[in-house]
Amino acid sequence: MLKDITLGQYFPGTSIIHRLDPRTKLLSLILYIVALFTAKGWIAYGLMLVFLVTVIAVSTIRPKAIFRGLKPIVIIVVFTAVLNLFLTDGETVLASFWWFTITKEGLIQAIYMVSRIIMLIVGTFLLTYTTSPIALTDGLESLLNPLKTLHFPVHEMSMMMCIALRFIPTLIEETDKIMAAQKARGADFSSGSLIQRAKALVPILVPLFISAFRRADELATAMECRCYQGGEGRTKLKILKFAARDYIALAIGAGLVAAMILLKAFGL
Amino acid sequence: MEPILQVRDLSHIYSAGTPFEHTAMEHISFSLHRGEFVGVIGHTGSGKSTLIQHLNGLLQPTAGEVLFDGRDIWSDKGFTRQIRFKVGLVFQYPEYQLFEETVYKDIAFGPKNMGLEEKEIDRRVREAARFVGIDDKSLEKSPFDLSGGQKRRVAIAGVIAMEPDVLILDEPTAGLDPEGRDGILENIRSYQQAKNATIMMVSHSMEEVARLTDRLLVMNHGQVAMDGSPREVFQQSQALLDMGLDIPVVTRVFLRLHELGPSVDTSVYSVEQAVAALKIWKGGVPYA
Repeated sequence: MLKDITLGQYFPGTSIIHRLDPRTKLLSLILYIVALFTAKGWIAYGLMLVFLVTVIAVSTIRPKAIFRGLKPIVIIVVFTAVLNLFLTDGETVLASFWWFTITKEGLIQAIYMVSRIIMLIVGTFLLTYTTSPIALTDGLESLLNPLKTLHFPVHEMSMMMCIALRFIPTLIEETDKIMAAQKARGADFSSGSLIQRAKALVPILVPLFISAFRRADELATAMECRCYQGGEGRTKLKILKFAARDYIALAIGAGLVAAMILLKAFGL
Repeated sequence: MEPILQVRDLSHIYSAGTPFEHTAMEHISFSLHRGEFVGVIGHTGSGKSTLIQHLNGLLQPTAGEVLFDGRDIWSDKGFTRQIRFKVGLVFQYPEYQLFEETVYKDIAFGPKNMGLEEKEIDRRVREAARFVGIDDKSLEKSPFDLSGGQKRRVAIAGVIAMEPDVLILDEPTAGLDPEGRDGILENIRSYQQAKNATIMMVSHSMEEVARLTDRLLVMNHGQVAMDGSPREVFQQSQALLDMGLDIPVVTRVFLRLHELGPSVDTSVYSVEQAVAALKIWKGGVPYA
């Protein structure tokens, strides 16, 4: 049920992808996204797909987990596909009924857009699947560090992110528990009109909010008890360090972007 | 007599097919009879919570079946929903599920979902409140203004108001002070007697289960390790200790006493039995 939501979930592992420095993974993801948006033409997309599948294989994340993560975005994907399919102007008409026309260009455009969205999401999943939330925020904080000179609250932001990520599974678990408790009292979440279903959420949301506030309060107290005062003078247990594999990974990422630009330049 | 609830060869695997796959319980079978008070003991992670969520159809078994009055609770969708009202389940820390503006409305949530008439709902809410010792004045208060123990009572009343034939409670006394604890156990007992209901109570307190129950289920590694009267179960104190479970203090004292020489009965688990056992040992006449 709710446990099936894999968004932002971490799958522990020891693959080379898992062991990469979180900064490398963040930068590589940016490079990957740049490459994805530069990509044009079948060869470029094919190359991106090969790259993505290779990374998935190396990461030892089960494809099943990835497909399950894609479930929530099915609507967006279908919506994009339909919009592109019907609303792209083109010359070769493949089919037409009522006032809809499907053109060859529209079909191609739809395929491109859908694969782009899916590859984008899957790439992002790979980051959160293979990186623990703490490593992720650590990496982000380190990457954003230069912004500190502009008085941007880098540490506070990363702490907030870290806490938010940390509490996603906790809140999901809590929601599951509350749902089970209300179901045990005969609550019905899966039938009735839209308004009835919205109303059925009240018995879940009220206890959930109360418990979220309680948890926040307890966490704040616990942090203060351990003398947390923000980032000033705080040392780290694990200091991030680039290894050879990180440079190789970044080189591959840069190579991917370069390949996309070249393919585009040559119009392939 | 026909058992009210029958569990046959029940198994459950969580997150099957993911790296988090975990077998919570395997091949569990037992039956509950009307009017029984059954205690469930077992350390954390032994599958107790998973088991009880199968009994009212919140979890669907991976294998095996649960029969209510001889009928599989998953046989059709409407019946599964009806089971929720017949088998009342009170979760751990049930006070965290309260959500309504007033205590009255919160207790009425279950009966309302049953589709009962206004008058019947009112009767049930007031009766359930009486069972758990909530006075009429408190019914109009916000549940969030009550003390922890009172909140727990309201939450239990919310399940009792459905008048279930089987009432299952997951550690109903966890985190309460002795007074609150005794009060709630008394409430459960009076509900059982008034309705001839079947009670199943998960607990970590051996004194509690020893005092209240007619029968004990001991869970270990997702299986039923023992099933018998408290006396039968506490006779195997060493096995219980090996499972990482506690035994009642009186039993422990008598075990030690036995080690020291006197041939006292080591299957005692309450103070009254201890007195009787000591009298027998002294050669006196046992109190019946």
